[in-house]
Amino acid sequence: MHKTFISQNPSVLWFIALLGLFTLAVTVGSEAFGTGLISTSMVKTLGKTLCLCLIAIAMDVVWGYCGILSLGHFAFFGIGGYAIGMWLMYARTEGIVLSSLSGQAIPSTSQEISDAIGNQIFGVVGSSDFPWLWAFADNLFLQLLMVIVVPGLLALVFGWLAFRSRVTGVYLSILTQAMTLALSLWLFQNDSGLRGNNGLSGLQNIPGFEGSSQADISLAFFLGSALALALGYLLFAWVVSGKMGSVVQGIRDNEARVRFLGYRVEGYKLFIFTLTAVISGIAGALYYPQAGIINPAELAPIASIYLAVWVAIGGRGRLYGAVIGAAFVSLLSSWFTGGGAPAIDLGFYTILWTDWWLVLLGVSFVCVTLFFPKGIGGLFDYLVRKPS
Amino acid sequence: MNNTLLEVSGVSVSFDGFKAINSLSIQIAEPELRAIIGPNGAGKTTFMDIITGKTKPDEGVVIWGERNISLLGMSEADIANAGIGRKFQKPTVFEAQTVRQNLAMALKNPRGPLAVLLHRKTPANAARIEAIAEEIGLSDSLPRIAGELSHGQKQWLEIGMLLAQEPRLLLVDEPAAGMTVEEREKTTDILKRAAQTRAVVVVEHDMEFVRRLNCKVTVLHEGSVLAEGSLDHVTSNPTVIEVYLGRGHA
Repeated sequence: MHKTFISQNPSVLWFIALLGLFTLAVTVGSEAFGTGLISTSMVKTLGKTLCLCLIAIAMDVVWGYCGILSLGHFAFFGIGGYAIGMWLMYARTEGIVLSSLSGQAIPSTSQEISDAIGNQIFGVVGSSDFPWLWAFADNLFLQLLMVIVVPGLLALVFGWLAFRSRVTGVYLSILTQAMTLALSLWLFQNDSGLRGNNGLSGLQNIPGFEGSSQADISLAFFLGSALALALGYLLFAWVVSGKMGSVVQGIRDNEARVRFLGYRVEGYKLFIFTLTAVISGIAGALYYPQAGIINPAELAPIASIYLAVWVAIGGRGRLYGAVIGAAFVSLLSSWFTGGGAPAIDLGFYTILWTDWWLVLLGVSFVCVTLFFPKGIGGLFDYLVRKPS
Repeated sequence: MNNTLLEVSGVSVSFDGFKAINSLSIQIAEPELRAIIGPNGAGKTTFMDIITGKTKPDEGVVIWGERNISLLGMSEADIANAGIGRKFQKPTVFEAQTVRQNLAMALKNPRGPLAVLLHRKTPANAARIEAIAEEIGLSDSLPRIAGELSHGQKQWLEIGMLLAQEPRLLLVDEPAAGMTVEEREKTTDILKRAAQTRAVVVVEHDMEFVRRLNCKVTVLHEGSVLAEGSLDHVTSNPTVIEVYLGRGHA
């Protein structure tokens, strides 16, 4: 089966090969490898970009293939980040507390240790009690499970309610946007149990690897992100090929027709929505340890809109298009907003790209929508197979 | 008739006070070829919407099959799986996909997401697709993108998709619209052959086309049955001439 799947989708092989080459080049050039051609912060940026590519292909499957313009998938990404962040923060704080208490003559009770950890983590929001949300925070395995279960469950319940009521099109987009906004606003509250607007920080320090340098850790995460992207790409390419792909794209193009063919459209939408939400959660869990910090602003609606912009610019309905769009736009964005782009002095006005980048992005989004609806990926199609 | 497949009785539905269907009663046998004619707004499409679950009637019953199942309250997908296939007025095929993919999607197979995800191509399915393509005259077009097909070919593809579903009842809405004379003849043949083993209900405006189908005709007017019988019988009915033919020829 895999033979036919790959032979029918040669672009998958190409993608995996190119990703492999890229990963190898970055590994060889990294400080951890010894050559130091690529700085550790660059390795982190590239690793984060791979995670963004992973959520972008998820977005492409849900929007480009299934026609559900979700403006809330970054919420799942953020939840994945929070889920892993809770363990990272708990375990690291526990380590610090234990080492600071170890010098005392009388061994501390577990209650004292727990209080001390709680104080450390929740002091910033004026609390020292562990909220119920943190019940499994001391267990890496359970928190990893949360990375999958919480986004999956949220998507399942939300999707079930929305699709069952046949909410489609722009109304569904608005609902998903409301979902991520509500989540973000709730997280901003100090008593949400997730440190309000402080978010979770220090995530780049991995408990158990205190002796390892950031160069090694960031390379490990980069490799992990590359592997996740490769596996995610294979999974999605398989899902959208074959009969499932037919039905899913049929739903995008004519939902009623699919229904009259006897397919329960709601079930398919729910499957795609939930699957992509879970992959988004995994992408987030890989992203935030590289970013080092997560706060509620990450879940703001604008993030999910950017996601749609990446996929649109990269080219909907083709997975590599989403990868190109996410990588291209997010790297360009950090170049422009990070002061990498030289300011343009017009004499009467100086264009500072930190201010004007968003305008440029907005204009290019409009241009792509109007003139290149197939995006950058569409150019590839045009070059690869000449129109007959 | 004892072999009644579909029984619609006393069905009414109104939209914003307008009675689109007014205590309509129709029985369809299996096998049978039936043409439904009527002027615009007679309720032909609404009739199909009710049977396929798209529109819920205000009153009346729709009974299906030997076990007398009520179709009201069933979802579109459940009704389709019970054995009712529908062709829309405008050809609605999946234009971004190939003819083969279109037929494969319609082929009678398990419809659940998991079964579809793990679906493998089998020689048996391939043979069924070939046979249907042959039937609708699209054998050479199987690898083509459906969007490239001519209008008539799209109509046939959609009829082919219906046949692939292996329904017991085919509802066909204006299959001849926009077709050339030659294409119409071919469409008539396909429908007549399909009706040898199953029930086929054709909604049509075109009297010539209905004449060629050579079957029992039901005339709808203002949401209820005005006359029923052979084409010659109904066209000689003075009321029918007045409301339909008279107006149509005016």
